[in-house]
Amino acid sequence: MSPTVVSASWLPAAIATAEGGEGGFKTPGVADFWWPVIPFDGTGPWAVTRPALVLLLSVGLLAWFYVGATRKLTVVPSKNQFLVEGSYNFVRNTIGRDIIGSKDFLQFVPLLLTLFTLILVNNLFGIFPFIQFPTMSRVGIPIVLTLIVYITYHAVAIRRKHGVLPYFKSLIPPGLPGWLKPILFVLEFLTYFVIRPLTLALRLFGNMLAGHLMLLVFIVGGEYLLLEGDNLFLKFSGALSFGFSIAMTFFELLIEFLQAFIFTLLAALYISDAVSEHH
Amino acid sequence: MITASVVAAADGEPHGFPSGFPLLPQPAEMVIGLIAFGILYWLYKTKVVPRLEELYAERAAAIEGGMQQAEQAQAEAKAALEQYTAQLAEARAEANSIRESAREQGASIVAEMRAQAQAEASRITESAKRQVEAERQQAVVQLRQEVGSLSTTLASKIVGESLEDEVRQKGIVDRFLAELEAGEVTPQKVAPAGQDA
Repeated sequence: MSPTVVSASWLPAAIATAEGGEGGFKTPGVADFWWPVIPFDGTGPWAVTRPALVLLLSVGLLAWFYVGATRKLTVVPSKNQFLVEGSYNFVRNTIGRDIIGSKDFLQFVPLLLTLFTLILVNNLFGIFPFIQFPTMSRVGIPIVLTLIVYITYHAVAIRRKHGVLPYFKSLIPPGLPGWLKPILFVLEFLTYFVIRPLTLALRLFGNMLAGHLMLLVFIVGGEYLLLEGDNLFLKFSGALSFGFSIAMTFFELLIEFLQAFIFTLLAALYISDAVSEHH
Repeated sequence: MITASVVAAADGEPHGFPSGFPLLPQPAEMVIGLIAFGILYWLYKTKVVPRLEELYAERAAAIEGGMQQAEQAQAEAKAALEQYTAQLAEARAEANSIRESAREQGASIVAEMRAQAQAEASRITESAKRQVEAERQQAVVQLRQEVGSLSTTLASKIVGESLEDEVRQKGIVDRFLAELEAGEVTPQKVAPAGQDA
């Protein structure tokens, strides 16, 4: 990951022209996502940040809800149990069973359920009033989740294929001409060991960062235009920007659910690849 | 390497960690993320998922049990239906046999009655015949007596003497009648009573 992937350099330029080059507007950028709450070592790597606290809060909420609601389960579900069962069914059957297969899926259900609920709740926190911080927009957290999936599917594959070498061999589909094998092996190796984890982490991170950044731009920019704009057109643009940010918030809601779903779905897909006998 | 670059980026910056490399993963966040995931995973694996799976098994068993019960009820209903059908058929057969036997009985009653009537008729005929015979006999006897007395009277008139003696008289009359029946005597030739006795 190059740290300069996201460059918001066009934003200040665009707004600077709108505001007539006064330079009073501070463009929201990636740096706004840096939010240390308990700085143990000043600004350093071990400061406890706001997303970390939000993450812990989400774990607390999820634990309270799921453990509490499953304490006394009945065959005919209550309201809370209905919600628990709905989400559990979705992860268990739609993601787990349908993709991994009914033979092996059950041992991976806790992992998939953790991934899905954790990502979903943290994504929803992005637009949740007063929290309003998508935890997954801090790249470290998607990397951790991806790392867990990465280690899981490789470990499962090595166990299923009885060793590292058979696993590597299984990457090459059978019945290929000899000269094609090394090329395909390199391609498959890159897919399994580099591209899959990279895309899995970056997709979630990028979507949440970009979505939240966009909301920030529209809200902060709209506010600035509304308050500081020196003619009616700029004030009107600010109001429009606010309105658009509300529409974008609903769009974000969809993205947030979708990203949680996709992350879990792909994790299940990679695991199903590892579980299957053949490549 | 991460720490080194962070330190380099953090020099004198109030927003230290991300300003140089804003997309660098922050170690504290990663560690907390790992811990958060671990806690949630442990809770799900030990509590939530087993409970829900248990519930699913229970529910599947309940549904299966319900289906079994329904099957049983269906079987029972089927058995009852069969029983009713059998009973109905039996009743029908019984009604048939009763009707048949009634018909037979009726026929036999008719035949019996006919025989009885015939017997009665023949008995009546017989008794009538017997009565007629008896009457005839009586008439014959009476006639004989009358004929006897008449003849005696006639004969006494003819002969001129009365034949007082009953036995003699009877014997004479009887003999006369027997002769008469045998055709040996013609009315013109009357034997003298004293001759024959």
